[in-house]
Amino acid sequence: MELVCPAGNLPSLKAAVKAGADAVYMGLQNATNARHFAGLNFTQKQMQQGIEFAQSRGCKVFLAVNTYPYCHDLDTWQQAVDTAADLKVDALILADMGVMDYTCEQHPDLNIHLSVQGSATSAAAVNFFAEQFNIKRAVIPRVLSIKQVAHLVNQSKVPIEVFGFGSLCVMVEGRCLLSSYATGLGPNNHGACSPAEFVEWKNTDDHLETRLNGILIDQVDKDDSVGYPVICKGRYEVNDHIGYAIEEPTSLNTLSILAELKAIGVAAVKVEGRQRSPAYVRQVTEVMRAAIDDCLEKPDSYRVRDKWNKTLGDLSEGQQTTLGAYYRNWQ
Amino acid sequence: MIKQTYKKLSLAPIPYFWDRATVEDFYQQVADSPIDEVYLGEVICSKRRALGLNDWISIGQDLTAAGKEVVLSTLSLVEAASELSVMTKICQQDDFAVEVNDMSAVQLRTSHTKPSFTAGGSLNIYNQRSLDKLKSLGLNRWVLPHEHNQNALHAFDLTDIELELPAWGRLSLAYSARCFTARTHNRSKDQCGFICDQYPDGLAMKTQEAKDFLVINGIQTQSGTIQNHLEAISDDAVDILRLTPQQNNCFEVIDIFDQVRKQQMHVDEGQQKLAKCTIHPISNGYWHQQAGKDWVAAKQ
Repeated sequence: MELVCPAGNLPSLKAAVKAGADAVYMGLQNATNARHFAGLNFTQKQMQQGIEFAQSRGCKVFLAVNTYPYCHDLDTWQQAVDTAADLKVDALILADMGVMDYTCEQHPDLNIHLSVQGSATSAAAVNFFAEQFNIKRAVIPRVLSIKQVAHLVNQSKVPIEVFGFGSLCVMVEGRCLLSSYATGLGPNNHGACSPAEFVEWKNTDDHLETRLNGILIDQVDKDDSVGYPVICKGRYEVNDHIGYAIEEPTSLNTLSILAELKAIGVAAVKVEGRQRSPAYVRQVTEVMRAAIDDCLEKPDSYRVRDKWNKTLGDLSEGQQTTLGAYYRNWQ
Repeated sequence: MIKQTYKKLSLAPIPYFWDRATVEDFYQQVADSPIDEVYLGEVICSKRRALGLNDWISIGQDLTAAGKEVVLSTLSLVEAASELSVMTKICQQDDFAVEVNDMSAVQLRTSHTKPSFTAGGSLNIYNQRSLDKLKSLGLNRWVLPHEHNQNALHAFDLTDIELELPAWGRLSLAYSARCFTARTHNRSKDQCGFICDQYPDGLAMKTQEAKDFLVINGIQTQSGTIQNHLEAISDDAVDILRLTPQQNNCFEVIDIFDQVRKQQMHVDEGQQKLAKCTIHPISNGYWHQQAGKDWVAAKQ
């Protein structure tokens, strides 16, 4: 079971490689990937340096080109694919059928992984991409229970990668329009959820508010802290009650089911967080590396260590973690 | 034969959990309405079993007899093996056309011997190359995904494809493994008790300033606004205008669209009358390359 870690920039890439990632994933500095944030991602030269650093240490490199181009944007996405081929990445992480079709035609030897943004939640969907675009792996959305993951892995024609730790998308990835409904720009068409230019933090007499394009997402007492205004983690009024109607600020943490993921045949575990700091990437990678090594070496006696949970808990949104949809009752 | 010169009107599947009698009454009224195309089936939650596939087929047969074209729609978010089995039956039957709402259904439909299909709006088709790929596999009608604006639509070559535009109703914005209606009632999805039957038009999720924002419908999140694209009735790229069922004034909405398409009512008058068919704010922002929630008034 491979450990796939986020590389938002060169320092994070190096941190992940040194801490034991089997693969790192990165993006270019434009809307072709789903972490299109200012100051993040790689120029072509930095990519080259990163690939050399990682590959020379036995770590694979994947390039995420996993957003959806409109007709007039397709050239830019195709150029990103050409760049990946030139730089000899180990795989491209793609979501759009048009970009996959181009890749198959122009670079038939380039490995394609289906991005989580491709929104394939069943073996039938994964096998569609396997048959039509010869994908070599699929990353599946965070909507399945562990039993459903096992069934999918069993029926899939290609290896399956799942999310193991990091921020939790509550909605099925690749089909969430909440951000673009509020701002015009979202993960699919812009590579970012709640783009920073629409975010407002405002102090009133007794409150701290967060707004997204004018919409109140949450407010707290002046001395409390409030998270980034991602719509699904806000507090709203439903049936005269104010609360986290969709989900609380929390992070996914699969340490307690890692052995099970291994046993059902999951090929790779992914850590979310290209927008996080190199220190964050190093700490999470170290914990996940140690845990996966334990799983591989002595699967029958695998136990989550307290210090792992403490480290990951401290790095989590709202210092809370969840198994998300893997745990049926969460649903 | 004289070619029909006005656009077709279609009726989307009922997104909410209505009881059996309400559903049957509703489609009896649809049979007498000016709607041309009717999409049938449960597209949100497979736990809702007031009607099974055979019931939908039976309603479909009645509507066909009434002169409607009927399309069976598949579930939007597929998780369980049991859901794939219902979907397989839909995709392998020949009596009705099929609307595929996720890539699982595309796979099941294209392994059928005559694999024509309508691509639902929740399939990610953003560019010509993606559209052409699915066209080569049998796509013959395309429901435009919400994030396309009017100019983006006009960039497509739609030869041999019917273009259907969602023109009235709440936008479908997201799907989740979690049921938010059950969550509101402190229940898990497996113990939901079909609580969404209490919300036949969805459950409002307002901001802390009590402003309309989103609507919860089980595992689906919808817009708090009603999208209104009556203005697109004069857009040559659009073949079919799709209306979403709602509890109140649904047939008034249908009649307004029908009269405007037949030029028996001016668009402006239609807009004024449509505004009275809902108590919620209306939107058309995506069409004008703005936030989906926004309303852009027609230029005078």
